[in-house]
Amino acid sequence: MDILTSYGLLLIIIAGVVGFLMAWGVGANDVANAMGTSVGSKALTIKQAILIAMVFEFAGAYLAGGEVTSTIRKGIIDSNYFVDVPELLVFGMISSLLAAGIWLAVASYKGWPVSTTHSIIGAIVGFAAVGVSTQSVEWGKVGGIVGSWVVTPAIAGVIAYLIFMTAQKLIFDTDKPFENARRYVPFYMGLAGFVMSLVTILKGLKHVGLNMSLAQAYSTSIAIAVVVAVIGRIAINRIKFDPDADKDTHFANVEKVFAILMVVTACCMAFAHGSNDVANAIGPLAAVVSVVSNGGEISAKAELAWWILPLGAIGIVAGLALFGQRVIKTIGDRITHLTPSRGFAAELAAATTVVLASGTGLPISTTQTLVGAVLGVGMARGIAALNLGVIRNIIVSWVVTLPAGAVLSIIFFYLLKFIFGA
Amino acid sequence: MPGNSFLSVFAKSPLKPIEQHIDAVDACCQLLLPFFEAVLASDWPLAEQHLGEITRLEKQADSIKYELRMQLPSGLFMPVKRRDLLELLIQQDKLASQVKRLSTLVIHRKLSLPSPVHTAFKQFLLASVDSTNQAKVVVHELDSLLETGFKGREVSLVENMITELDKQEDKVHELEQIVLDQLQQHEVSMAAVDAVHSYKVVEQIGLLADTAEQVAMRLEIMLAE
Repeated sequence: MDILTSYGLLLIIIAGVVGFLMAWGVGANDVANAMGTSVGSKALTIKQAILIAMVFEFAGAYLAGGEVTSTIRKGIIDSNYFVDVPELLVFGMISSLLAAGIWLAVASYKGWPVSTTHSIIGAIVGFAAVGVSTQSVEWGKVGGIVGSWVVTPAIAGVIAYLIFMTAQKLIFDTDKPFENARRYVPFYMGLAGFVMSLVTILKGLKHVGLNMSLAQAYSTSIAIAVVVAVIGRIAINRIKFDPDADKDTHFANVEKVFAILMVVTACCMAFAHGSNDVANAIGPLAAVVSVVSNGGEISAKAELAWWILPLGAIGIVAGLALFGQRVIKTIGDRITHLTPSRGFAAELAAATTVVLASGTGLPISTTQTLVGAVLGVGMARGIAALNLGVIRNIIVSWVVTLPAGAVLSIIFFYLLKFIFGA
Repeated sequence: MPGNSFLSVFAKSPLKPIEQHIDAVDACCQLLLPFFEAVLASDWPLAEQHLGEITRLEKQADSIKYELRMQLPSGLFMPVKRRDLLELLIQQDKLASQVKRLSTLVIHRKLSLPSPVHTAFKQFLLASVDSTNQAKVVVHELDSLLETGFKGREVSLVENMITELDKQEDKVHELEQIVLDQLQQHEVSMAAVDAVHSYKVVEQIGLLADTAEQVAMRLEIMLAE
């Protein structure tokens, strides 16, 4: 307890700095995955992708990041175990941030794919289970989270498959694909806007202080959907199309319409990613702040300090603005044969799944969800070739991340205990 | 980020190289027309020149084939079976070697056909080369098939094209029969070995259409999944 009174402010500052750096890492590391499909299918330029990411990652983090942050802050650990030793919770959370941040830096440097979510969860479970007691972890909740890591890619895959099928039935497999594309794509845009708005309003906005009734939530979402669809229709009408299209270039024109749609889904993807991953950085920070500012009391129900979500959001934006360009550049020329219609199906499915998870407070891996969605489109025979080997490597690396994060976190935990003489 | 990042999940499409390969093979086949013009006019230097072109194009097709085989490792998840793609490539390749073999055969013994047969022969040749061109058009539908997820109207369209190619192959063999009949009538005025040589050449031109149909059949098998 004394440690907290003497060093409270210092600890908050340390946690804040490390949390900010972690958010930075989340932005730099994940932006390629979130925006990659849009850049790779030539629907967006790199600059446009970064710009969209900056705006929508911030929005997602700030408006919809609250639930997942709460889970990471207090859902994984049984607070009762820390009532007498609150400083251990503070040390533990800071160690987790340090561990996840360092693992993230190392992996990015070496080019390994890493899930920021897996890193932080592994780190938190690590310090709590080993550093304190295996019973201080809410294993039920952790089990549910790990279960969701398996389930969400599957869900995204199914949704992507279905979305792709509707596009085939409504647009590609008709005798006037181009006209149908112009007619139906605005509906897809509206749908994207609707889902994002509805989930955010129903689940996310509490932390910003906005409370709407169910009817208001639905009507606002529908209104936003209509606005998006109308803007989309206008944008579509402004593209120059080749009127003498024979069948080959006919599909090329259809893809141009989908490219506009991909701008919308890219925004959704950035928003969803921000909403789910900001918590990886600021969830632990929020725990530290909550414990210190309550004088060592661990309250079951505490609100998020007002500056925490913005701090995380700014960190993500800084990370992706400064490093994102470099990372996305390496993607640009490497993708062949990814057309907007496939990219859109995968992206919308992934964004929907992630935002739903954010709404229910589940921290999931955006990249894993995207992989699941892409596989879903592949199952519908929509993608020319997918590297199964790479998918296997990605899965292996994620599994490894859990113990890696845990080990690092335990080391830092004991280090902090030693430094502060606990 | 390279190698294992999310975007490496997307592998290079094998469909484009297959289309490039059939383009090279078809260019080879089209060269048979000017080649035989020169042969029937007994303009052997010109015929040799065309043979050189054919050989060059066949080598080009070969290098596309080698590259494609290298970028088709077994860990790829594709909308068509890897085996089916390789079978298609094999048939396309067979077409190219048949063209080369045919033209070499013609030059070696300096084919001489009785002039009354020339007209029927040219018609027959044209029909055969047309069938290889039709096969190329069918293979190019792979792009559109991918766009539509190998389902629906595009599939019916391709199946119709394959049926047309079937009919074309029948027509080629009808014309072949006419040429053979005419040759038989003029047999006595030809040297025995020349006659045998001519029969061989006619047979091989007919086989081109057969192989073209095989190419289309491979596509039909892919659609049957």
